[in-house]
Amino acid sequence: MPSSTQISYRKSSWWKLNQQRLTPWIFLFPGLVLFLVYVIWPIFNSLYISLLQWDGLSPAIYVGFSNYIELLDDEYFYISLINNIKWLIFFMLAVPIGLGLAIFLNQTIFGIRLIKSLFFFPFVISQVVIGIIFAWFYNPRGVIGPFLEAIGLGNYAILADEDFATYGIIFAGIYPQIAYCMILYLTGLNNLNTDQIEAGRMDGAKGFSLFKNIILPQLRPATFLAIVVTVIGSLRSFDMVAIMTQGGPWGSTNVLAYYMFETALSEYGYRMGYGSAIAAVLFTIMMFYILFFIYRMYQSEKKGL
Amino acid sequence: MFPIPIQKRPLINQISYRVLIPISLLIWLIPLIGIMLTSIRGLGDIAQGNLWGVPSEFLLFSNLKDVFQNTPMLSYILNSFKITIPTMIGAVALSCMTGFALASYRFKANLFIFFTFIAGNFVPFQILMIPVRDLTYQMGLYDTVTGLVLFHVAFQTGFCTLFMRNFIKALPNELFEAARIDGTSEFNIFLKIVLPLTRPAIAALSVLIFTFIWNDFFWATVLIQGHHAMPITAGLKSLNGQWISAYHLLSAGSIMAAIPPVIMFFLMQKHFIAGLTLGASKG
Repeated sequence: MPSSTQISYRKSSWWKLNQQRLTPWIFLFPGLVLFLVYVIWPIFNSLYISLLQWDGLSPAIYVGFSNYIELLDDEYFYISLINNIKWLIFFMLAVPIGLGLAIFLNQTIFGIRLIKSLFFFPFVISQVVIGIIFAWFYNPRGVIGPFLEAIGLGNYAILADEDFATYGIIFAGIYPQIAYCMILYLTGLNNLNTDQIEAGRMDGAKGFSLFKNIILPQLRPATFLAIVVTVIGSLRSFDMVAIMTQGGPWGSTNVLAYYMFETALSEYGYRMGYGSAIAAVLFTIMMFYILFFIYRMYQSEKKGL
Repeated sequence: MFPIPIQKRPLINQISYRVLIPISLLIWLIPLIGIMLTSIRGLGDIAQGNLWGVPSEFLLFSNLKDVFQNTPMLSYILNSFKITIPTMIGAVALSCMTGFALASYRFKANLFIFFTFIAGNFVPFQILMIPVRDLTYQMGLYDTVTGLVLFHVAFQTGFCTLFMRNFIKALPNELFEAARIDGTSEFNIFLKIVLPLTRPAIAALSVLIFTFIWNDFFWATVLIQGHHAMPITAGLKSLNGQWISAYHLLSAGSIMAAIPPVIMFFLMQKHFIAGLTLGASKG
């Protein structure tokens, strides 16, 4: 009897001594393991696969950097890369447009809350639905084509036009993104420091100079977040391209995200290694932003500690 | 206030503002209004190009009936729920734990693990695609709802951990310290003190995850092949190919896909926006 109580006492005292040290790991365990298996390990695995020639079934052959060398000569890779840059540049318009909308809507009139939510709607809805709607608008028998015909300009289908199809998709993609930026700025405007604005107004700051010197600096956190989510959004253009053109006409609307999918998992063959090499390029581009974001968070953590 | 409240402006500005607001809203929502109008039309209207006028017949219900009878739409919707709800519960539960661990304990690897979660969260999906598909295949879960849910839970845990950790970190530390001095075990601190206080964060995350996962298309395409497990986004895409010019049916289907997240957003608007704008007002 006494010995058993002693043991359990010892056990609990060991636990008591180490409880503080062990508890975080117990709590981290399930989430961290799942995250390592499904997110972190696959990154490194993909980088390794990019050095292979592999169709997913037969044994893989190690080919070194030849997938990357092949990329350098691949016309479609360049088309996709340039389209990604177009997406990035035009997507950035969502930030100032979202800011403009937020300023326009930042009033207190009857029903404004409902109006703000309705403006936010496009972001809540699936990109698949947005893509279907815009594809229909652009269709020669849809909305814009017949309208142009009716006013005598002749029918026009932007998604069939090699030179402009990408812009048609970007326009559709930017629509929900504007809503997202708008909501970020509405929150930012809500939290402005009123004293500073009043002081600025006392000093005679008005209109644009007030906006530039007093409002915009205070909106910095909102701007930062809007830029981060817009960059990420622009690189995740897969859904829109898959729904609206599937990369066509003649590959002209491909982006890296879609081209990768197409080479690795579609009727054009299962080239896992080559697809991974494309993914690795996309990952490298994104990594700059991730590191920038983490660096900023690290700075604010250091301040906080 | 910025800009100056409209009430302090001349009357003419006030009136024009109030007129401008509904007009701009109407223009902004043209794509969505278009699809709603089309879902109540019949083929006749569409063929004649009557897209914006008064519908000659009100056929919303017959269009919906068409969609549900002739396509696996009902099964798509059910699958979407089967994928979305378990993911929501799983990711939120796991991140309550990881968030608590990272927010309330000091240990060497703490910041490193935290930043790993954040970094993983921003990674492009394509770099995960082949290994995740392979892994799912090897576990015998390819083309199943379970396989898709497992991945979604893992990936969303990254974002949720970032959110939860910051939320718990902002809670007053004295609460935990006082409980520890009273001899409360760490596990009970989590259950009895932290969990009740994180309720708003749990609500915000739940709506956000619901919307993200409901709207997911990429992973549904990569990990699901058959109609038996396909969620509504992937289902709509496959119907899109079949109904080349049956826009009235496509619109009705699209509306079915849009309704659940829209309802969720309206019910939980405050939490949704709080979650989305995390960090928009401070550093």
